[in-house]
Amino acid sequence: MTDATTVTQEQKPPSRVRTALSGTAGITFLSIVMALIIGAFFIAFSDPAVQDASSYFFAKPFDTLSAAWTSVVEAYKALLTGMLFNPDASSLVDALKPLSETITMATPLILGGLSVALAFRAGLFNIGAEGQIILGSIFAAYIGFQFSLPWFIHLPLAVLGAFIGGAIWGGIAGFLKAKTGAHEVITTIMLNWIAIYLVAWLLTKPAFLREGRQDPISPPVADSAEYPSIVDQWRVHAGIIVAILAAAAVAWLLDKSTLGFQFRAVGANANAARTAGMNVSRMYLLVMLIAGGLAGLAGSAQVLGTEKSLTGGISAGIGFDAITVALLGRANPWGVVAAGLLFGGLRAGGLNMQTATGTPIDIVLVIQALIVLFIAAPPLVRSVFRLPETGGAGFMQTAKGWNG
Amino acid sequence: MSVAEAPAPEALPEVHIVPPTPRLVKVLIGLGIFAVVVFGFFTPSGEDVTFQLALGEEALALPDLTLPAKISAIAFSAIALLAAVGGLFAARKERALWPYSTVFGIFFVLGFLSWAVAGSTINLVGLLQGSLLLAVPLVFGAMSGILCERAGVINIAIEGQLLTGAFMAAVVASLTQNAYLGLIAAPLGGLFIGLLLAVFAIKYWVDQVILGVVLNVLAVGLTSFFYGRLLAPNQETWNSPPTFSPIAIPVLSDIPIVGPILFNQNIVVYLMYIIVIVINVALFRTKWGLRVRAVGEHPQAADTVGIKVNSVRFRNVLLGGLVAGLGGAFFTVASVGAFGKEMTAGKGFIALAAVIFGRWKPMGALAAALFFGFADNLQSVLSIIGTPIPSEFMLMTPYLATLLAVAGLVGKVRAPAADGIPYKKS
Repeated sequence: MTDATTVTQEQKPPSRVRTALSGTAGITFLSIVMALIIGAFFIAFSDPAVQDASSYFFAKPFDTLSAAWTSVVEAYKALLTGMLFNPDASSLVDALKPLSETITMATPLILGGLSVALAFRAGLFNIGAEGQIILGSIFAAYIGFQFSLPWFIHLPLAVLGAFIGGAIWGGIAGFLKAKTGAHEVITTIMLNWIAIYLVAWLLTKPAFLREGRQDPISPPVADSAEYPSIVDQWRVHAGIIVAILAAAAVAWLLDKSTLGFQFRAVGANANAARTAGMNVSRMYLLVMLIAGGLAGLAGSAQVLGTEKSLTGGISAGIGFDAITVALLGRANPWGVVAAGLLFGGLRAGGLNMQTATGTPIDIVLVIQALIVLFIAAPPLVRSVFRLPETGGAGFMQTAKGWNG
Repeated sequence: MSVAEAPAPEALPEVHIVPPTPRLVKVLIGLGIFAVVVFGFFTPSGEDVTFQLALGEEALALPDLTLPAKISAIAFSAIALLAAVGGLFAARKERALWPYSTVFGIFFVLGFLSWAVAGSTINLVGLLQGSLLLAVPLVFGAMSGILCERAGVINIAIEGQLLTGAFMAAVVASLTQNAYLGLIAAPLGGLFIGLLLAVFAIKYWVDQVILGVVLNVLAVGLTSFFYGRLLAPNQETWNSPPTFSPIAIPVLSDIPIVGPILFNQNIVVYLMYIIVIVINVALFRTKWGLRVRAVGEHPQAADTVGIKVNSVRFRNVLLGGLVAGLGGAFFTVASVGAFGKEMTAGKGFIALAAVIFGRWKPMGALAAALFFGFADNLQSVLSIIGTPIPSEFMLMTPYLATLLAVAGLVGKVRAPAADGIPYKKS
């Protein structure tokens, strides 16, 4: 139906640069560029200064254009300095604070992204990271504030609790998929909302509500359960180490272990895997348990590292961003780490952009969504940049229906 | 719900006599027994419950109904149980089940209310009127889902379509100070998301679940961005839309109980009645509907007889966008007025749940949406009265019900066969 597959006429062979841009990495790069350009248009045309100048556009068109240019450059400059480093800072620690914020924001995104990516490789679409993060947060927070133990027991216990909490929530979806065939997309969406109301309810109970508080917030977790911070002035904490270790573990699991081979076999073709004697139902349950656990760890990064207590909004949309992270990382563990750092940077930089230039941080969501849209449709990107068709199966184009 | 459904299997050793007893009947009987026992046992004796049957402004107002709570809880639950048993016999004679399940539903709820409201007063007319209002965006969203999914395109972007619809309605109505123009603009907001869904799903074969998730993020991002940039700083010009007031339909609105609930609503609600009826008739009684369903169930066969599969899908996805966008108008010009960030707050996902719970049928989805709207409104009414059930659990109802439905607890839920699979002509 699309003309994407029609081969370009036999002209002179495309240059090496253009062939490279047409490959996976090139498409990813161009998608990011396109998303930033479109974002720039939104920033420019919603800027009050640009609107003022455009009221006399036909008299002095250059004014509008220069106002738009300034608006975009200022916003993106603030975004970039908020992501990487602050050139005006007096000390190195201050100058690198933006980068530390990027890593802080990236930590739960990487863990959540790994959760979505792992399930994706087994052919399951885990929309439920949001709910799994909440459950992980509940478990981690409860262990964190309820007990007082030496840190070398307390912290691992709280982290393990987070993993188990997330695993339970993911496991429900996996169990339902395995036993009844209920589609994991539907069940995980429903479980997200159940988790949101569950945490809201728990935070009205004396067991979870901080003493003397009416708003939904738990007691702070004990120092012994906190992820140790890396530099005192920064918020970045040892959660990032957990995230990197988790990425290595998922990479090992997928590429080196028998279980990972089975996951990938089920993901590639469940019927073939079944014929080959694999227990597909068991794989569904297992992969959702592990994926849920990984998302639960993202919850631990929030509760034991960044926020240090449980709140109603603890997941803060991380579970949904995690989906875009996994897609940008093409469901590859190290790709997810890179994508998590990029989107974490956009979150951190977006905050800086909002305070510095008044551009709402929500533009970051727009850019994020556009990036994923474009990488999901390589033919579109190729046609925009008039790139040659390199073939290769489109990622994210292997749709299976509700009944599949 | 989960608690309620749990005793179903072991409570019923005797239903194995006749082979084809639908799961639904078993569940209803289980729930009925649960209701008699739990509502009957836990309702305090000596308390009264008062049901108000009028809003107080009708020409013909019915008097309040005051009943002893414990007795009415048991009686209503027993009637519900009888209806469920009636359903058992109906199923044996292969008669339609819905009259029995409807009666069951009404009396189960009355039994529940007798328990939950014991010692206090609840206005049934107000409760139902509010429920209908809360169901409006769910119904529009569910109709959008049905239009797309019946043609074979999964629509998870309902949330985003509602949000952009609400946004467009608020902005246009504010700028023109005309709520009707806002109502006309709202579908265009939904259309924008629908267009992206159609292009990327049908032309570029992008996985439709991914697409829906991403489009929701895009809709939240765009509307929140423009809210922060334009609407919030210039509330007066950009975000102060006029709203619709209820229009009482003469004669019909004077019918006791039913009148104020159904026929004293605003224009968006009346549009909803029309759209549900039109979609239901069009889908099952017209050539157009047959084609849509053919494309959703078996695109190859449809193609063989000359139906242009992808154009049918494209049109339906756009149509779905229009309908959901119109539903988005409800959030702004038909209720609170001003637009707020992420104001749809998951309603699009409840609409998706209604599509699934209603088994991809307009009437089923309507019933599901009304039920979810009722649960939502009951929750807010009960939280004012103060009841034994935490409101968070009431808010979970739609999601739990859908979870149980897709898990096969109330029979098999099956989507259109080609739903979500791009059609590639070979």
